[in-house]
Amino acid sequence: MSQKVLLTSKEMNIILHRLACQLIENHNTFENSVIIGIQPRGVFLANRIYKILKEEYGISAVKMGQLDITFYRDDFRRSDKPLEANKTHIDFVVEDKRVIFIDDVLYTGRSIRAALTAVQSFGRPSEIELLTLIDRRFSRHLPIQPDYNGRQVDAINEEKVKVNWKENEGEDEVYLISNV
Amino acid sequence: MSELSVDHLLGIKYLKKEDIDLIFQTADHFKEVINRPIKKVPSLRDITIANLFFENSTRTRLSFELAEKRLSADVVNFSAASSSVKKGETLIDTVNNILSMKVDMVVMRHPNPGAGIFLSKHVGASIINAGDGAHEHPTQALLDSYSIREKLGEVTGKKVVIVGDILHSRVALSNILALKLQGAQVKVCGPYTLLPKHIKSLGVEVEPNLRKALQWCDVANMLRVQNERMEINYFPSTREYVQLFGLNKQLLDSLDKKIVIMHPGPINRGVEITSDVADSDQAIILDQVQNGVAVRMAVIYLLASKIKQQ
Repeated sequence: MSQKVLLTSKEMNIILHRLACQLIENHNTFENSVIIGIQPRGVFLANRIYKILKEEYGISAVKMGQLDITFYRDDFRRSDKPLEANKTHIDFVVEDKRVIFIDDVLYTGRSIRAALTAVQSFGRPSEIELLTLIDRRFSRHLPIQPDYNGRQVDAINEEKVKVNWKENEGEDEVYLISNV
Repeated sequence: MSELSVDHLLGIKYLKKEDIDLIFQTADHFKEVINRPIKKVPSLRDITIANLFFENSTRTRLSFELAEKRLSADVVNFSAASSSVKKGETLIDTVNNILSMKVDMVVMRHPNPGAGIFLSKHVGASIINAGDGAHEHPTQALLDSYSIREKLGEVTGKKVVIVGDILHSRVALSNILALKLQGAQVKVCGPYTLLPKHIKSLGVEVEPNLRKALQWCDVANMLRVQNERMEINYFPSTREYVQLFGLNKQLLDSLDKKIVIMHPGPINRGVEITSDVADSDQAIILDQVQNGVAVRMAVIYLLASKIKQQ
């Protein structure tokens, strides 16, 4: 097994700030916009973006939620591993809101497909956008693309992209792990 | 652990502590789901479930049906009163006929103890026991424990007294097994004629005095006197039963602590508990009913995830 660093802590910091600024460009004060982290790993990224928006750019109106997609996945009874659910926490109405989905890695697009269905249980958003830190291009199974993107990566199917977070793994770093 | 150790839910007897923990964790998620504006998830859209009720039921049947529909399963209902059972068809034949119409899971209530176990050995579907005679009623025990956990934080170490007709109650047996498995202390209280002979072998204590039992416990589960299962008189009169084992507001208020009151329903108001107790803020009877849907969704979801894709 070999691994290669895709993003260092310094690069990640720059990208996170750039993504936050791009969000502000489109959503101004976030009066009518909400950000939703996709469980489990998108939540770390959502927390970071939320913190930067609030603390560094003084956007106090921004609201954040967490969405679990386990019960909406299309591989129930198809995958070898049993699916484990995570907490959903959305304490605001998404009806007529501009929703921004946040996930760490965009790969096949199936998680986002599930999230698009799941969020409908909370109302009808006026618009949904997608923000990802890593976009594994050329590996999509569905016609889904990010609106805000940290870094594009060409990775073959046997390779794995792993995003580490200081609050969870003790470091901010993105690795490309290959088993060959 | 993220998978149940069993393929059927026939009784609490066959479960491990980890199974119960997994069911409760999953039920937490479904409880959140059923409080959303749209209370439905698409997980089980390729699963068909048959509800076979060979005995009357309102709450359990509705609860199962709602749980199945909120998971997007297809549901067929069957009640013995209007079926070919009356024409002399055997249980295995009845169920196999239903299964040949491509049904994946069977929820069954049956007057005979062990009916679910028997069926699980002869047919190829997941079986959930929704009550078999006076034997077990596992989903009721699970939702009771889940409600205690929700109200008091955990079940381990809690003191629970089960009051009333223990002899005819499948709720009592399943509850005792579930509570003991989770490390709770259990006492039973009721007329000696309504206590099974070997009840102590289950590791529970008998407390014949209701006041002492209530003073000891954190939670009191008040069972219904099951007149329909009694062929002889087990106590002299309902009036005497009410005086000795009925819970009224006066008795409840005279205790020096606030205990939690549960009832599996249907309530005979004025017999095992009075109306003011049933409607008091110490009673979690309606929470039990709401939790019933979430717990049954969890059980069905976890069993369905073990059905092999065809």
